[in-house]
Amino acid sequence: MRRLTRFAVLFVALPLALGACKKKKPEVVPPPTAQAPATSPPPAPATNPAPPPAAVGESEAAITTRLRAVILETVYFEYDSDAIRPDAQAMLEQKVPLLNANPAVRLQIAGHCDNRGTDEYNLALGRRRAEQVKRFLTDRGIADSRIETISFGAERPAVQGEGESVWSRNRRDEFQITAGGDRLKQP
Amino acid sequence: MIQLSQSAPRTKTQQLRRSVVVVGVSIASALLSTVVCAQQPQVDGVTIDGRYRGGEKVRLMVDFVKGTAGDSITEMLTRDLRYSDRFEMLPAGTSPGLTGPVNYALFAQLGAQGVVEASVLPSGTLHVELYDVNKMALKQKQDFFLPGIPGNKDWRMAVHGASDQIEQWITGQRGIAQSRIAYVRDNRIWMVDSDGANAGPVNSRGVFPKWTPNGRAIVYNLVEADFQPIMLMDVATGAQKKLTNLRASEAGDVAPVVTADGRNVIFARNSSSGNDLFSVPLAGGDTHRLSNTRGKSSGSPTVSPDGLRMAFSSDRTGTQDLYVADIDGSNVESLTHGGVGERNWRDGADWSPDGRFVAYQSGVPPGFQIMLVNVRDQSTKFVTSEGKNMEPSWAPDSRHLVVSSARNGLGQQLWVIDTQTGSARQLTRGSLPRAPAWSPRLTGTP
Repeated sequence: MRRLTRFAVLFVALPLALGACKKKKPEVVPPPTAQAPATSPPPAPATNPAPPPAAVGESEAAITTRLRAVILETVYFEYDSDAIRPDAQAMLEQKVPLLNANPAVRLQIAGHCDNRGTDEYNLALGRRRAEQVKRFLTDRGIADSRIETISFGAERPAVQGEGESVWSRNRRDEFQITAGGDRLKQP
Repeated sequence: MIQLSQSAPRTKTQQLRRSVVVVGVSIASALLSTVVCAQQPQVDGVTIDGRYRGGEKVRLMVDFVKGTAGDSITEMLTRDLRYSDRFEMLPAGTSPGLTGPVNYALFAQLGAQGVVEASVLPSGTLHVELYDVNKMALKQKQDFFLPGIPGNKDWRMAVHGASDQIEQWITGQRGIAQSRIAYVRDNRIWMVDSDGANAGPVNSRGVFPKWTPNGRAIVYNLVEADFQPIMLMDVATGAQKKLTNLRASEAGDVAPVVTADGRNVIFARNSSSGNDLFSVPLAGGDTHRLSNTRGKSSGSPTVSPDGLRMAFSSDRTGTQDLYVADIDGSNVESLTHGGVGERNWRDGADWSPDGRFVAYQSGVPPGFQIMLVNVRDQSTKFVTSEGKNMEPSWAPDSRHLVVSSARNGLGQQLWVIDTQTGSARQLTRGSLPRAPAWSPRLTGTP
């Protein structure tokens, strides 16, 4: 399963431009042919999810808290996959306008894995998960320089223990605002 | 201060040992005189001649060890020799002991081909004698200085050293009892003796330990929010040193392994441009790139004992397979050959100390088994079939492997596998140990 996902995408899904998820960094890919876009545009979301509306009379602090929660919301992955799930995509699409409206915000995306597999593999998988989400955001106009990625592999589980209910909570990208998050503007 | 030199200074222990030998020899000569009056044993064709014959187990008995902590020593020697998988150990306690002449007839009747007689001398030194029952002769004797308090770590390692010497007397190859296994538990580096004793953490953070060739230090990597560097730690002092220094947002460095000359560390660096192999001097210095897989992955490096080659895993051709290359990363060749569209992948390579095999994990994750590939002809064979097994690391005898394994309905534990018979013993207990690394022989290392 593990590698299969990657291979499937590299060899099958890529021509279909299925979300451009699995594509490696474009700079290091051999020169693309005319009909094979190096960074295929993602399918435009059918419904553009609007950020949560501001409540009437909401204080600045309350707005910041509410928007922070949206930006920081964790996204989850399938087993041995760095593909962005539909629920994660919806979540990420909510972050985009907030990041656009608050250009001072800088993010760190940390990829995590469940504890199956080797340390080395999980650290690489965590890196890919973080890079994948970063690419999702930068493809939608967020400046590359605003987002850094790291991987913790399986070193920092959100939930301790074994079993799918634990593992599924640990396969995730966590977000951290590293700068510019003190006062957030509603788009 | 981290010691990188391979040659050990003469220790006080070794000087002391010399003076104790004198005592041992006099006792031994007294014992020798008893040999003359022994009876004729049965001869069944097997003698303990210092040569090991594959698949053949010498039947050996460790007689009750006399003196302080003799029971512990009897148990340790017997267990160490059994764990070597080269002996059939007969239970102790059937001989009248060393008060009278060596009763060859009795030992022969019990089926023993060799008998170990040992006693702890007043100084605490262990005097060991090995008798060849068929030849009715003392084969070897030696004194082993046992430092510290009976039962403590250094004392136990010295007793393991006696076991290993006995194995060498009989088979011509030194045993592996006097060694330790580094591993990871709760994101700290732990170590455990080869017999499962003295398990405990040796630092506060770290994963993926590997030993330097002299057994005095380990390399490993840290997984922190700011830096994910390759680290070097002196085992005796605990002193730690950072060998690489990129910010975690630029790259994470993982899976270090020390080259055979002890001079360099080869590791995998994962960054937004993929995973590639790099090297850095153990003494500190600049990193050098060894592979450029252009967005694909190269990892799990391991080095050949002659220092000339390395093996690693890569998905460069679509399957996850093992490759060999010159130590500088040039002349890459396939070592394993996955079929097109194959779901199995091969990873976690470890080159055997005798240079003949590379052990690795193969399977559809997380359901791995351990396999060996013959470096010369690239033939492969399974070592495990029970449960799930991964992360193989060779013992210094190039026969045993320590692996992380979920079997017997137990969660993941470390197990020692005999690659010749497939027999397995559980090494650890407790929560989720992983990433084991067997040390070299720790002779002369405190």
